[in-house]
Amino acid sequence: MRAGRSRHRRAAAAVWLVAAMASTGGAGAREWRPLDDDGVHDPAAPGLQYLQKPSEALSVLPPDTAGNRVNWVEALRQGIIKPRTNVFPETKVNLLDLDVIFPETSEMPMVRFPHLVHTEWLDCANCHDHLFKKKIGANPVNMFKILEGEYCGRCHGAVAFPLTECKRCHSVPRNDLIR
Amino acid sequence: MVGMAAALAPEAGAEYADVVFNRRAEREGVRPVVFPHWFHRIRFRCKVCHHELGFVMRAGANDVTMADIVEGKFCGMCHNGEIAWSTENCDLCHTGKPGLPSGIHGGHTTVGPGRW
Repeated sequence: MRAGRSRHRRAAAAVWLVAAMASTGGAGAREWRPLDDDGVHDPAAPGLQYLQKPSEALSVLPPDTAGNRVNWVEALRQGIIKPRTNVFPETKVNLLDLDVIFPETSEMPMVRFPHLVHTEWLDCANCHDHLFKKKIGANPVNMFKILEGEYCGRCHGAVAFPLTECKRCHSVPRNDLIR
Repeated sequence: MVGMAAALAPEAGAEYADVVFNRRAEREGVRPVVFPHWFHRIRFRCKVCHHELGFVMRAGANDVTMADIVEGKFCGMCHNGEIAWSTENCDLCHTGKPGLPSGIHGGHTTVGPGRW
């Protein structure tokens, strides 16, 4: 039963990889579909004309090739956008500057997880402890689970940059000599 | 192979991370809601809605009713006529195509087997 499920997951991941490779090649021009032709908005909806258009808002932000075609981290750091950190004055806004290396990445470069850029957007409680335990080595993260929307896949692949961008996370070369 | 990839692609066009809410909307006689993450993250960090306001980071996990919103919960934290438009402006949020299933619709390059 477990083996069957695992096989299914591996097959699904292989299919995903093909799709990812095919779609990465097409990520060129920065164009945003008009709201009345995006497949989710009803062109007849009376409120549609009042909504901000993606092209108007996103074209002025630092470019990226995937997701919204916006480098959100840069947009924030350069002060081009100034999203509020809290709506309740009493909310404590937490920041943490701590990188964590995930070394068990098989033949891929190791993963560097930067807390700082994540805490600029998120609170500790968004990930701890229900997604990640606060202990090195205590989180059995793997790409199959991420592809299923667990761990990093809660956001990456849904709202943060997608899972086609392997090297943004797998950024630390493994030095075979040291190992 | 490319054909297989194309078959897996999400519907063309929806902006990355657009979320459709339609558990109740159409049943109650209004269009589904389309929530644009891109619009909101220009103005608010993720932590405002996903920490302060209590939206669980999983499509389908938030059982949002209009009664909640009018009482100031969920969207109603801001959509109260002070920070953002009030709940009287039904047409501004309920802009979705009839028949849309709830969930994350927008995808630019990610087409995974996962559930989001």
